[in-house]
Amino acid sequence: MARKISYQQAINEALDQEMERDETVVIMGEDVAGGLGSPGERDAWGGVLGVTKGLQPKYGDDRVLDTPITESGFIGAAVGAATAGLRPVAELMFIDFMGVCFDQIFNQAAKFRYMFGGKAETPVVIRTMYGAGLRAAAQHSQCLYPVFTHIPGLKVVTPSNPYDAKGLLIQSIRDNDPVIFCEHKFLYTLEGDVPEEPYAIPFGEANITREGDDVTIVTLGRMVHIANEAADNLAKDGVNCEVVDLRTTSPMDTETIIESVENTGRLVVLDEANPRCSIATDVSALVAQEAFGSLKAPIKMVTAPHTPVPFSDALEDMYIPDANQVSDAVRLVMEA
Amino acid sequence: MSGEIHSITMPKWGLAMTEGKLGEWLVEEGDEIESGDELLEVETEKITGAVEAAVGGTIRRCVGQTGETLTVGALLGVVADGSIGDEAIDNFISDFQENYVPPEPDEDSEGSGTETIDLNGKQIQYAQRGEGGIPAILIHGFGGDLNNWLFSHDSLAEARAVYAIDLPGHGGSSKEVEDGSIEFFVSIILDFMDNFGIEKAHFVGHSMGGAISLAFSLKYSERVSSLSLIGSAGLGSEIDSDYLNGFVEADRRKDMKSQAVKLFGDSSLVTRSLVEDLLTFKRKDGVKKALTTIMSSFAPDGVQVAVMRDNITELNIPVQIIWGSEDKIIPSAHAHGFPDSVSVLIVPEKGHMVQMEAANEVNRVLLELMA
Amino acid sequence: MQLAREELLRAYRTMKTIREFEERLHVDFATGEIPGFVHLYAGEEASGVGVMMNLDDRDYIASTHRGHGHCIAKGCDVDGMMAEIYGRTDGLCAGKGGSMHIADLDKGMMGANGIVGGGPPLICGAALANKNLGTGGVAVCFVGDGAFNQGTNAEGMNLAAVWKLPAIFVLENNGYAETTSSSWAIGGGNPVDRAKGFGLPGVSVDGFDFFAVHEAAKEAVERARAGDGPSFIETRLSRYYGHFEGDSQTYRGKDEVKEIRESVDALSQFREKVIGAALLESDDLDSIDGEVAELIDNSVSKAKASPLPTSEDLLTDVYVSY
Ligand SMILES: Cc1ncc(C[n+]2csc(CCOP(=O)(O)OP(=O)(O)O)c2C)c(N)n1
Ligand SMILES: [Mg+2]
Repeated sequence: MARKISYQQAINEALDQEMERDETVVIMGEDVAGGLGSPGERDAWGGVLGVTKGLQPKYGDDRVLDTPITESGFIGAAVGAATAGLRPVAELMFIDFMGVCFDQIFNQAAKFRYMFGGKAETPVVIRTMYGAGLRAAAQHSQCLYPVFTHIPGLKVVTPSNPYDAKGLLIQSIRDNDPVIFCEHKFLYTLEGDVPEEPYAIPFGEANITREGDDVTIVTLGRMVHIANEAADNLAKDGVNCEVVDLRTTSPMDTETIIESVENTGRLVVLDEANPRCSIATDVSALVAQEAFGSLKAPIKMVTAPHTPVPFSDALEDMYIPDANQVSDAVRLVMEA
Repeated sequence: MSGEIHSITMPKWGLAMTEGKLGEWLVEEGDEIESGDELLEVETEKITGAVEAAVGGTIRRCVGQTGETLTVGALLGVVADGSIGDEAIDNFISDFQENYVPPEPDEDSEGSGTETIDLNGKQIQYAQRGEGGIPAILIHGFGGDLNNWLFSHDSLAEARAVYAIDLPGHGGSSKEVEDGSIEFFVSIILDFMDNFGIEKAHFVGHSMGGAISLAFSLKYSERVSSLSLIGSAGLGSEIDSDYLNGFVEADRRKDMKSQAVKLFGDSSLVTRSLVEDLLTFKRKDGVKKALTTIMSSFAPDGVQVAVMRDNITELNIPVQIIWGSEDKIIPSAHAHGFPDSVSVLIVPEKGHMVQMEAANEVNRVLLELMA
Repeated sequence: MQLAREELLRAYRTMKTIREFEERLHVDFATGEIPGFVHLYAGEEASGVGVMMNLDDRDYIASTHRGHGHCIAKGCDVDGMMAEIYGRTDGLCAGKGGSMHIADLDKGMMGANGIVGGGPPLICGAALANKNLGTGGVAVCFVGDGAFNQGTNAEGMNLAAVWKLPAIFVLENNGYAETTSSSWAIGGGNPVDRAKGFGLPGVSVDGFDFFAVHEAAKEAVERARAGDGPSFIETRLSRYYGHFEGDSQTYRGKDEVKEIRESVDALSQFREKVIGAALLESDDLDSIDGEVAELIDNSVSKAKASPLPTSEDLLTDVYVSY
């Protein structure tokens, strides 16, 4: 039965149900329970925002592992454990911290299956929080999923709502390849209908959140909501946008993008990440190659500027793409 | 009715519906209409349906415009006797609009109006509308759920309690289906009735739910007041096995859509949201296994095994058979060849989901049989 | 205690400034006016100040997410810091950095750091630069007990040892990394032994005791300036507030902080010692208290009055010709 729960609860439920179903599933990370060795409460935090709370009391210290602050160490250990029979879900608290442990992800986890001639499986999930909006400044606010998407061998997931968060996380855990599961910190409190039963959403299937014939807006993560808002506003002026939520950037559902652009003839790509070598450029290049003949107007990208994320709320609000920018871009392609 | 002015308002199909988009008007201002006539199409997130006239009279105004989206209860048009003056009609409209309060968009998610009970360790989800009378039980088909009765449930519930059930393996019910046999489902229905102390009920079954209803009636005839079989299984051996297999296998939008369109006479009724709902169901753990088990018990090798048409005459309760002439899943020919005691309605141009595609007509005959 | 009166006054003033700055933020954060994450240094003052009293503008430090105290002790402008925390144009980083990224290179303050363990390699570089440029300066890196377990910390200590850099690694062990206790997280249990394993002479001192820290740091700085290579200091102390503002701290012992505050608080201790030894008068310290309170008050008013950055500021200070 479906009931309304938050994005954060949906993630917790997915972890709980998979740990219940499969005892090889373990989770690890800094303060995923918390309070280890401390005089007060155990499971004091359940992750910095409480996403994994309740799992340690239920599954114990052997399956919910608090770690020292040592991302290279425990992310690498998760990768190693995955090759040796466990299904670890490691939490990299903020995606920005990938810098500390990137080798273990992109030279190790990502490469094994191919480099070892198809003989290795690395069913590891790295859950990580990304995105701007909480005034967390330059080293805690980035959208680095394009970097992971660049690496062959990694799967990259960016759920935009509670239903997708649960279904895609379950799929990530069951998947035999390394998955980078990117959670937008601004979405944790978002509520939505989520079935109680476990379910898996297959990778590489975009979701169409609005149907329309005039302009295709391809987007992902938190920006799906910005795109929907813009689409709702534009509909009042008779402009019908089709909003494509990529759900996963690797694999990417190129078919849905192209079919939609073939129908609308116009493309706006909306991405919170910095613009260079990004999902926005990637989708634009795809459409330019595969659906050029259908385009009635040049492609428009709406992204953050090519700067680090500023701290000041005044600046950060300007940094994050908003619905007005999307509407302007849509109007531009409509006029072209 | 001569002196009265009647409003035509945005219907509420299912608890989740908050608004609808107006399709084409099927009548014009000045047309004479009768109660039951289809007036205009309304598109919801889930499906398109027709708004039916509650009373006869003259269409005096078409207030809602094609393409407009209006909330539930909003004024769509006005019906009144031709003798009533235009001014009175205008006053009626302005009064209505002044007093109209759109429903709260989200009444704090009171849920979908469903309940769940435990029947011998199986969680069974159902929805009840109405109270009293001889209750009716609505049983969906293979891969369906209680939402298949979206356009019927409320209409049937004016004079009685009407239960729509999610069969095991379906909707919000447990995904455990044992051997997936008709007998298994019959036993669940029996438990369901016993649980609610329902002595006797009107049965309405669609597709596989028809076969279950029929098997139930044959076994426990004393518990059945009437039997309505819609696009029913169990009346012949043919069934579109490509559909069954395709439905079981589909886990992507495209594959699911190509199966779902087979369900309707008018394939444009298959909206994105309808396909999403099917996928949401299909993605749940245990569903694929349940459906595979049911399929191999009920139509192994693409042929229905339980053909009970000859036993229908044993029943001494009212029985009717309803079919969409364009049913691509189970051929409407299965409705032929029954004695006169069995009434048969074949609705032209409609498909397997005839209770949704021709809801008004189907509801009318369902109510007639229960009366 | 061979410190001159002026130095003692400066030490007290600096510690008091840090305490007042942090306690004010603690109060003001709760009003919702301060954006982002704020990690307070209150309780740890003697450590930063004890080390920094041995440094001057030639010397570099790398700080942590809990960096306000290091900034103040290294001489950063308090008004500029407060404005930065409020995200205003008068901030030390023009509002672009925030609490976790306050820096002032002119003062040798290489930045607070949002990345735990970001500092140790950086100070190896700063020490190398000082060495090669012959400035006579040293470089100091502060890490927490959590950061002490990062690979970068081990790599930094080793590099400093093999390059014989004028570097000092200060571990501020406040017992917790977020909620996790350092006694669990630091394998082997003794950080000094770990440093010795890399060839760094090391000591562990009471981090509430300004004089103990100052003494240990003096020796390490002298060693570094003399070209005798890196050292390690552990200061054992406690943070008075949560990991960040808003932390409910259920992992801590009941009355843990209260007892520490009442028994070993760095400022009270300092006061007692200098008055007991008749080095300073109570009045000297009281008047500093008054001046500091005013300084912090003013910094808050100035911060709030400072303009917010505008769209023009968004695209400056970075290569953005895109
Ligand atoms: C690379 C990295 N990992 C994790 C974090 C999240 N984080 C911020 S502070 C902190 C705890 C640091 O503990 P410690 O080093 O003891 O410093 P303290 O907070 O006690 O001053 C953690 C885990 C981070 N900012 N950077
Ligand atoms: Mg610490």
